[in-house]
Amino acid sequence: MTTLTDPPQGSFHLSMLINDTRYRSMTFQVIAFILLSLSVGYLYSNLAANLQAQGLRIDFSFLGAPAGYDINQRLIEYTSQSTNARAAIVGILNTLLVAFLACLMATVFGVFAGVLRLSNNWLVSKIMAFYVEIFRNIPVLIWILIIYGIMTVSMPGARPYLGENPEREMLFGMFAFTNRGVYSPAPIWGEGSMVVVAVFILSIIGTIGYRRYATNLLYKTGQLLPMGWPSLVILFVPTIAIFLLMGQPIGLDLPDPLANRFNLRGGIQIGAPLIAIWFALSIYTGAFIAENVRAGIQAVSRGQTEAASALGLRSGRVMSLVVLPQALRVIIPPLISQYLNITKNSSLAILVGYADVTATLGGITLNQTGRAIECVVLMMLFYLTISLLISAVMNVYNNSVKLKER
Amino acid sequence: MKKSVLLGALTVAGLAAGAAAAGTLDDVKARGKLNCGVTTGLVGFAAPDANGEWKGFDVAVCRAVAAAVLNDPTAVEFVPTTGKTRFTALASGEIDMLARNTTWTFSRDVDLKFTFVGVNYYDGQGFMVPKALGVTSAKELDGATVCIQTGTTTELNLADFFRANNISYEPVPIETNAEGQQQYLAGACDTYTTDASGLAATRATFENPGDHVLLPEIISKEPLGPLVRHGDDEWGDVVRWTLNALITAEELGVTSTNINEMAANTTNPEVARLLGTEGTLGEMLGLDAEWSKRAIAAEGNYGEVFAKNIGEETPIGLARGLNAQWTNGGLIYSPPFR
Repeated sequence: MTTLTDPPQGSFHLSMLINDTRYRSMTFQVIAFILLSLSVGYLYSNLAANLQAQGLRIDFSFLGAPAGYDINQRLIEYTSQSTNARAAIVGILNTLLVAFLACLMATVFGVFAGVLRLSNNWLVSKIMAFYVEIFRNIPVLIWILIIYGIMTVSMPGARPYLGENPEREMLFGMFAFTNRGVYSPAPIWGEGSMVVVAVFILSIIGTIGYRRYATNLLYKTGQLLPMGWPSLVILFVPTIAIFLLMGQPIGLDLPDPLANRFNLRGGIQIGAPLIAIWFALSIYTGAFIAENVRAGIQAVSRGQTEAASALGLRSGRVMSLVVLPQALRVIIPPLISQYLNITKNSSLAILVGYADVTATLGGITLNQTGRAIECVVLMMLFYLTISLLISAVMNVYNNSVKLKER
Repeated sequence: MKKSVLLGALTVAGLAAGAAAAGTLDDVKARGKLNCGVTTGLVGFAAPDANGEWKGFDVAVCRAVAAAVLNDPTAVEFVPTTGKTRFTALASGEIDMLARNTTWTFSRDVDLKFTFVGVNYYDGQGFMVPKALGVTSAKELDGATVCIQTGTTTELNLADFFRANNISYEPVPIETNAEGQQQYLAGACDTYTTDASGLAATRATFENPGDHVLLPEIISKEPLGPLVRHGDDEWGDVVRWTLNALITAEELGVTSTNINEMAANTTNPEVARLLGTEGTLGEMLGLDAEWSKRAIAAEGNYGEVFAKNIGEETPIGLARGLNAQWTNGGLIYSPPFR
């Protein structure tokens, strides 16, 4: 019974491709690959032949031609005379901007709601459950429209802020909230301002250094140094001192209500579409992340919490020092896919007129040039690249927090 | 994942091109229904009325073609299209013709491979502003926020106009006319720009139309007309001559009310040829002799269609202006039926 017979060393039969487990999976993979290649080839030749029949051909030269349209939200220099390629880049940067902002804010919302949903306080946990269920069960498209609609209708136009005696005062004389967006002051970088910035960066490094030193000291000798106020002192005092010493080189460019009869001029304008899409994506995806966080926390065995409590840690510390670091192992992988969702869902920005890459390259450029196939292929490449990049970066992070197995 | 999307895109493109190859006239006859692309809703030009029935100036062209080809002006499937989807819908064969206040331009004709069969409305791009702003000229719009339908020629004209006058603006791109109206009324933009006829139509639906003015500047030429795909000239001819029949009918005084009488008693050979009592024009088109009679009877001649949908008696209140018959000093002119 226990003896193993050698596999028969017979000749190779064609039927073995199906019947022999050694070859079977390979056979099916080869067949599937051939079928896939054939169908892709067929579709491509069909496309090429039909385009040929209509006298159209794949041609990317439109990218170098002037775009001819203007974009309201842009991070780089752009005019209607810039090329379609540049319009696409403006769109790409806008997509990245809103994806980045929404990922940050969704994480904050998600962690907050996920932790609070497990709160012992009945009201708090029910409110968070309500938030999660309401937001993740209504499509994000509808949230975007609702938030943008509310902003447009409930906020005033720009006009009440304009003129010598405006109907509405700006908040602190600096911030204006309109249905076109939020206007805020912009910094003016005067001479010597870089010194102030450099000092501030050094202060940040100094603060981190101090905290690390204090932690090490605590672990080595048990001596407890104060953390809070020295950090703040190191962070702000040198910067403020140098700012005053240099004669206040950084000024503020306030929104000016007198420069134009239609709009506030100057300062930074954060457009209403950006705010709407940013907030909608954050609050929608935040609900999903909250569930990930809850799952992660519940995956940490109760013994860990009890042990930490037994050591005398307060519940906040139990969460931040013991539970969350272990929960991250469970939270990170689904978090990656939520980040990917945010990035892809940002293509809904077109709905509210935010000029992301779907709106510029896949919208106006496609429309004005009629190069649908080219534009769609480029967009697919962009979204694929960016999704794979996010995935790669997050996987690196995942490797750094996952259980180290030795 | 990526591959499946690509496959999908290619399949759609492949099917689309395949559908475009067959003869549209035969397709329409076999289907018994004309698929006509219209706007998503622009009162006067194409919008469903209270009973859900499509009405309007562009709709009338669709109905005339359906009457000519299918002997039934109601055998039309109206496909609402946005500025962005209209060309793909036509190129893919989803619709047989597009009658959606679409501007005839060089690149759409030559590069996008469409055939504009004629012009049914000579338009130009204008601006609408609230009266309270006190703006009297488009050149005073420096710094204004402008609502603009994306994917239209107006988007490009707007950029050109502001550049030529060396003034700045903030565009707010919107998808549909209804959205533009909402943004404009909420004050999210200072001015709304599109074809002057469209502005008049939009303003007519406002609660207080008198609070809004159209600025005097017309910044572009916008010849609007129905279009079909390149490469199917038989079908193009059917749509072209249906439109011409409506125009010629007005010129010759043939209306939907007197058409039967005219067909029976006319001594004018031009009218007889137009209405098919003389000659074989219908046969040449691949239709029967009474095709144009049905087309005109469907919604009336060009002048009747104009007066009923967008003329001065309607809330939209557009004067004939450039769109008067050439005999009255306008640009509406049909080649002869001969």
